Amino acid sequence: MNFFNDAWPAIALTLKLAGLSSGMLLIIATPIAWWLSQTSSVWRKPIAALITLPLVLPPTVLGFYILVMLGPQGWLGGLTQSLGLGVLSFSFTGLLIGSLIFSLPFAVQPIQYAFEAMGKRPLEVAATLRASPVDAFFSVALPLAKPGLLTATVLSFAHTIGEFGVVLMIGGNIPGQTRVVSTQIYGYVESMAYEQAHLLSAVMLLFSFLVLLALGQLKSRHDKVLT
Amino acid sequence: MSPSESLRIAIKLKHKSFSLDLDLSLPLQGISVLFGPSGSGKTSLLRCLAGLERARGLIQLGMEYWLDSERHVFKPTWQRQIGYVFQEASLFEHLNVYENLTFGLKRVRISGQSPGLQDSVKLLGIEHLLNRQVQHLSGGERQRVAIARALATQPKLLLLDEPLASIDVSRRREVLPWLEGLHDALKMPVVYVTHAVDELARLADHLVLLNQGRVSASGPIDEISRSQALALAIGEEAGIVSHAVVLHRDEANHLVQLQFASGSVWVRDQGLSIGRKVRIRILARDISLTKTVQEDTTIQNHLWGRIESVETFQHPAQALVRVRCEQEVLLANVTYRSLKRLALGPGSLVWCQVKSVALIL
Repeated sequence: MNFFNDAWPAIALTLKLAGLSSGMLLIIATPIAWWLSQTSSVWRKPIAALITLPLVLPPTVLGFYILVMLGPQGWLGGLTQSLGLGVLSFSFTGLLIGSLIFSLPFAVQPIQYAFEAMGKRPLEVAATLRASPVDAFFSVALPLAKPGLLTATVLSFAHTIGEFGVVLMIGGNIPGQTRVVSTQIYGYVESMAYEQAHLLSAVMLLFSFLVLLALGQLKSRHDKVLT
Repeated sequence: MSPSESLRIAIKLKHKSFSLDLDLSLPLQGISVLFGPSGSGKTSLLRCLAGLERARGLIQLGMEYWLDSERHVFKPTWQRQIGYVFQEASLFEHLNVYENLTFGLKRVRISGQSPGLQDSVKLLGIEHLLNRQVQHLSGGERQRVAIARALATQPKLLLLDEPLASIDVSRRREVLPWLEGLHDALKMPVVYVTHAVDELARLADHLVLLNQGRVSASGPIDEISRSQALALAIGEEAGIVSHAVVLHRDEANHLVQLQFASGSVWVRDQGLSIGRKVRIRILARDISLTKTVQEDTTIQNHLWGRIESVETFQHPAQALVRVRCEQEVLLANVTYRSLKRLALGPGSLVWCQVKSVALIL
């Protein structure tokens, strides 16, 4: 087995998946986090619990439900089929949908905490300075929540890279399409290719370490500006 | 006051533990102070004026309706032309001082070189702070920036919620003189919330006394400072505030004579020019009463008048005596025993010995 021939597509696919899902999550999670931080609706707690579910559910359970949902009999599968998009299970798009759902709490929570920590006061001040609610959201709330947005991006990126169970359930292990680093390592171990498994694992280890280091650096720089 | 020259507030607001129910007209000039103990509804009233709380009723600034529940009118905060200064200076932490100052300006489409910005920067003495990060300002500086930011948009109404409350006592001197400066410089009406008696005495032109969400007195400071309601609210510090004019100078003794509605008093000369208008404050506890004018005393200010009323004050031994001296009333805090000993009561003619007069520029 040539290490670079199998490993490189897996690494590229992993980065693509993580980059897309953390980017999309930022757009999806910010309004949800805003709503959760501002509302006093009775739906707040059930929705918050629903979003937090992926934190506690075994990835296989989550993966199983997503698989069923995406499959030919599932409601989303039915929809995509009727739109002529085919079935999304065992495809990259399916994988992306799965990882969006799976990493949602990692994106929503830091942003929600940032909005909550900010309190209502900055928005009230903005209103007394003639900023409309939408204006105040973009010119005051978002900039003040920047550390939260940053944490959310890094966490959801790193979490997607580390995911295994959901990927295996939804994506299978198709090289170049759904085979990511974690499943590639699993494949190496299955086929007793320990040397390659070591190498790829070391790459993952180093990468994860660097991500966390960078996050710490960014945070302390931000804190310095604020103190 | 006709509606075009007043700020009319007739509102009801209900919270779980608290309700506001008042009907009030404030003048469209000078500083109106909302005064009362904590929980009396001062801040809630201010927040209703800003639209940060939604009350039922009517809020009308001149001919403009900001709230009229019957006609379903509610102008949201950002559409009211107000400046608001919060208790703790709520500067935007992600912007520097200059960006904070221009935040509102950009939204009213006045350029950064507007007289509003330049005047307010000068008025609050913050020229040297413009490029600073707000995190590097002292409490007093922050509050001055917050006031300048509120003024920069040239609002029609300036609302201040205990702007000194969050600042150390020693640092208040960094802000209070600037606030007094505003008094003469601003054309817009100001509504100022406080529970500090010295701020009230220094700044108020009009005073609204609030208690448990109701108005217990409202009127010009000269009048309300003589009211029983205010005396009871501030206790030990009860006393009158009066406008006065510098009349005469005794250069040899470094004293000036001030004329006010109850007569004239001598105070230390602080270099005030003749004819200058000032305000004075005389505490009730600094006035004692005598039946004949005393020659053998070091007290030099004596005002002659007739007792209007005597009421128990704070303690069964204490009486608050209202003495009419010329056009206005003085308040004196004396014991019932001395009143009895001198056989003084309503109608008696007395001399008020004034031990101390505070001069407020």
